[in-house]
Amino acid sequence: MNWGSFSNFLAMGGYAGYVWGAYVVTTVLIATEIVMLRTRRRRAMQDVAQRARSGGVEG
Amino acid sequence: MSSSARAASGVQLFRFAAPAEFYRLAGKLVPWFAAVAAVLGVVGLYIGFFAAPTDAQQGESYRIIFIHVPAAWMAMFLYVVMAFWAGVGLVFNTRLSAMLACAIAPTGALMAFIALWTGALWGRPTWGAYWVWDARLTSTLILLFLYCGFIALHSAIDDVRRADKASAVLALVGVINVPIIYFSVQWWNTLHQGSSIKPGGSSIAGIMVTGMLLMVFAFWTYAIAAVLHRARSVVLEREQRNAWAQETVAKRA
Repeated sequence: MNWGSFSNFLAMGGYAGYVWGAYVVTTVLIATEIVMLRTRRRRAMQDVAQRARSGGVEG
Repeated sequence: MSSSARAASGVQLFRFAAPAEFYRLAGKLVPWFAAVAAVLGVVGLYIGFFAAPTDAQQGESYRIIFIHVPAAWMAMFLYVVMAFWAGVGLVFNTRLSAMLACAIAPTGALMAFIALWTGALWGRPTWGAYWVWDARLTSTLILLFLYCGFIALHSAIDDVRRADKASAVLALVGVINVPIIYFSVQWWNTLHQGSSIKPGGSSIAGIMVTGMLLMVFAFWTYAIAAVLHRARSVVLEREQRNAWAQETVAKRA
């Protein structure tokens, strides 16, 4: 597929708002999920360490 | 195979049902699935934007297909997997099954939202409306609500084991919605187009199918990586009193 120029590529044949609206929001949402996954893991590890310090071992 | 050998291999497999073993195995798998997802995504998007031709009827707007269809498929597929593990947890009272169901729900909700969002932006130029109360769209919206309901119900009940049971019932009842979404374009007269991919002949060009299937596998492997990553956090959250969890975290610090 030859778009000819970068501005043609961005224009998406007149559908720029729809196509990029779909792709940009999807990218932002997936990036947000990745950040949230890392935050949750960090917090889970901190909680385990906290529990270990307070001596709450069961088995 | 003798019965003792069969029992031994069964034990080998069930080993990973122990949260500690699962945690280790998932930790090894996550980077691989994430890497495969990234590679497939780059190749799929390259084909989607640079190799696939302009659609004769829809122009460039059809390029939304490369995220819309994978997200919609994953939203349905993840729901079935979530309900399966929730059901296994409900029947056999296995800890890890319920944890997996909890780990799947947020990624499933994300996929359902992406499917609806990209569908709205595709519907406007092709149908003239962002949203219509059509069978396919409405049942997909219900799928998003089911995911959100599962998450909300689970977090509303303090006792984790009771939360697992209640949300498992919700997940299982909601499974009925998945075949409704899938067959809605055949059962009802709907604005949503029928399946582009069918066994024995697709309605779209070969290179478009190739790009779309690559994106399906990219979303699939991404979802596996995200779910396994979240499942490890859920395991730690629930097993924080156990010695193995405290030793594992201490070793990393």
